Amino acid sequence: MEPVTEGTILAQDGDLKTQEYFVNMGPQHPSTHGVLRLVLGLDGEIITKVEPHIGYIHRSIEKMCEHDNYRQIVHLTDRMDYLSAHINNEAVCLAVENALEIEVSDRVKVIRTIFAELTRLASHQLWWGVMGMDLGALTTFLYAFRDREMINDIFEETCGARLTMNYNVPGGLMFDLHPNFQKRVKEFLVHFKSKLPEYDMLLSDNVIFRQRTEGVGVLSKEDAISFGVTGPTARGSGVSCDVRKLHPYSAYDRVEFKEILMADGDSFARYKARILEMWESISIVEQLLDNIPEGDILAPTKAVIKLPKGEFYQRVETARGELGVYVISDGGKSPYRLKFRSPGFSNLFVLEHIAKGAKIADLVAMMSTIDIVVPDIDR
Amino acid sequence: MKAVAKYFSGIAHGLKTLLTGMKVTGYYFSHARKEIITQQYPENREELQMFERFRGIVEMPHDENNEHACTGCSACEVACPNGSIEILWQRVVDPETGKKKKIIDKHVYHYAMCTLCNLCIIACPTDAIVMGKTFEHAVYDRKQLTQILNKPGSKVRADVKD
Ligand code: SF4
Ligand code: SF4
Repeated sequence: MEPVTEGTILAQDGDLKTQEYFVNMGPQHPSTHGVLRLVLGLDGEIITKVEPHIGYIHRSIEKMCEHDNYRQIVHLTDRMDYLSAHINNEAVCLAVENALEIEVSDRVKVIRTIFAELTRLASHQLWWGVMGMDLGALTTFLYAFRDREMINDIFEETCGARLTMNYNVPGGLMFDLHPNFQKRVKEFLVHFKSKLPEYDMLLSDNVIFRQRTEGVGVLSKEDAISFGVTGPTARGSGVSCDVRKLHPYSAYDRVEFKEILMADGDSFARYKARILEMWESISIVEQLLDNIPEGDILAPTKAVIKLPKGEFYQRVETARGELGVYVISDGGKSPYRLKFRSPGFSNLFVLEHIAKGAKIADLVAMMSTIDIVVPDIDR
Repeated sequence: MKAVAKYFSGIAHGLKTLLTGMKVTGYYFSHARKEIITQQYPENREELQMFERFRGIVEMPHDENNEHACTGCSACEVACPNGSIEILWQRVVDPETGKKKKIIDKHVYHYAMCTLCNLCIIACPTDAIVMGKTFEHAVYDRKQLTQILNKPGSKVRADVKD
């Protein structure tokens, strides 16, 4: 055999055989954002397969809804996408109100919208912090939590809870606003508008971050539509799917805001869509905050709410995309069947499509920009 | 030549963005006193104040005569989505009218099953139960999570009508 000297080509292209193997990512992995297990097929560092295995945190919320009455269902939805708890509550309440043809007062509509946008801000802040952390920048996590804490305080003062708020009830709201609410929100907006540019300085403009996200995990517009992707993930690929614009509910028809659409469809476009969405949310809150109309916070409902026989659907835009609540009622005091169309489920299953052929180290970045919340997927 | 220039401008750009990020961190490092938000828990237990609507645990307030406002109507039990409340009542003879009536015997509350959803509080017609502002509820035995909210020997306040 010839001696191997420097520069000898050991094998021609195609001669080198590597063995495909699989790796479990999760169910306990810091960047799966919950108990999600991904079975990865790997060829060297190249991903050949991503298979999400879900069900580790399934609590059968839909089945539980069949036994609860319509007031009690609301608090279960807190525990689906816990970062959009208020918006989930709102979806159920809107579905019930539409079915009963209750008209809630303008005050309720405006307060719900302000809360929903604050929820969206809090959710995007947390996502931003975790996104940085997933890529190895722990600093962002701490800064995001500092700002999110102010929103949590606002929630806690008005409705007594920080995350699982259960603030909506069919027909209106559980409490009126706390007298400090407007003052606190204004303080927060002043604070956050000065801090949001820091988010760009820390992460968006950072050269390492840019190289790890630009051109990675490209999702084309057609694929986004065919996979049923919604929310900022789809808008990063240029799909116009904002329920707030297309089917306005609550007070979204009386505010001006832009639907953020990005062209590229890569991880960075999805990232940027969320950052820009935060500015839009700030602007929505600002438009509504100073003219919250007076009115009742609770429209009268019967002691036992019974929906008329039939099927009812309500969609809302959570921080992650389109949440649909599909209620089938047989006229009783609890639904015959209740189905949630959760945004996280559809968004997660696009992961295999965009991750195939990418390097394993980029998978974490892609997963972060899809922004999944596992309890929302499992329910 | 162009490639070399691009190489160095890339390095310069990279350094610049890194320094921009470090400027932010540097600002917080040098302004630590002004920007600090961390609280020293549990050292600050004394001065730590929860918001007035904070939902910590379901409680039944008693006045100085060991009287509460709970009539045993079971509205909270029905409203609770998780079966965290059990109302055990007893029949007594009203000394004035001589009729039998139901009064509360034990208001059993299972904290372990409670999601602090507040539905029982809004359902109660006499405002007999409220949300407590405490939050340190860890115990060593889960039996301790089941509590009887009305104190032993307590009565319904005379002015409470059901
Ligand atoms: S707070 Fe909710 S879960 Fe807890 S006892 Fe009251 S109704 Fe039940
Ligand atoms: S706490 Fe209130 S709702 Fe519950 S049994 Fe007593 S009076 Fe009725």
